[in-house]
Amino acid sequence: MILALGAAALAAILVWAILNAPPPDVYLREQVLREAAVTGAAHPVTAVLLGFRAWDTLLEIAVLLLAILGAAAAAGGEPRRPAPPPHDPVLSALVNALVPVMILVAGYLLWAGTKQPGGAFQAGAVLAAAGVLLGLAGALPALDPERPALRLWLAGGLALFLAVFLAGALAGALLAVEAALTLSIAATLVALFASARQ
Amino acid sequence: MSTPLVYALAGAALFAIGFYALVARAHLLRKVLAVNVMTSGAFFVLVGLAQRAGPPDPVPHALVLTGIVIAVSATALALVLLRRYYDASGATTLEEDAGP
Repeated sequence: MILALGAAALAAILVWAILNAPPPDVYLREQVLREAAVTGAAHPVTAVLLGFRAWDTLLEIAVLLLAILGAAAAAGGEPRRPAPPPHDPVLSALVNALVPVMILVAGYLLWAGTKQPGGAFQAGAVLAAAGVLLGLAGALPALDPERPALRLWLAGGLALFLAVFLAGALAGALLAVEAALTLSIAATLVALFASARQ
Repeated sequence: MSTPLVYALAGAALFAIGFYALVARAHLLRKVLAVNVMTSGAFFVLVGLAQRAGPPDPVPHALVLTGIVIAVSATALALVLLRRYYDASGATTLEEDAGP
């Protein structure tokens, strides 16, 4: 009862704060739109993500990598395969129909990200969803984090981002970086899903 | 009341609901879900307030995009740790929450 009252009081304070928030005195939208060309991305959100606030994005990829490292460490070393799911004709048909379309959509989102809403994270999320579907249907090999290829794949996005970032060539290689990020993000999300299921 | 303001106020409500679940529920999975509801509320506030003065400001939107990925990573790690805790102790609540 006290907790419910406390939560209600918190809601009231937050609503009061939102209603009484002073109007913003900086309008970053105009500045972003004016300077977006220097980042190599025409869409303002992509320009902010990979241009003006590239540090955020870099560290965000690092956090993703850290999460999978932590998950692999917590799993205790011995990878256990989840019991193979019983054959499900509906799921198999769904996977056969959906996964090619999802890969196509991920590619489109990646390509569209420079001038429309979209980009590496959206594309990576769609690709990861395809991977999770494949995993649920039992069509994915066991993701053993000991395998060097998987490690390279997981860390590849961050490594390429860091290399291009340090070389100061981000604006020129935007699409290549985003493509590497997409693959790394998708692999990380699928590996996280698999490790949470074990 | 403008639409962005409705989003922001809904975000405040979500945050409070998530906070209540976080402190009132003992099951760890519910706590993880509660934190997710709270972060969703925070994202709502950011997205809503970013567009109350005209066209949306891209900087808070990019921050929310970053935040979603961080929230997903943190949730996944929390779930793995929760699974590990359950395997090790057989409990789904922390000791001090276990009740009499």
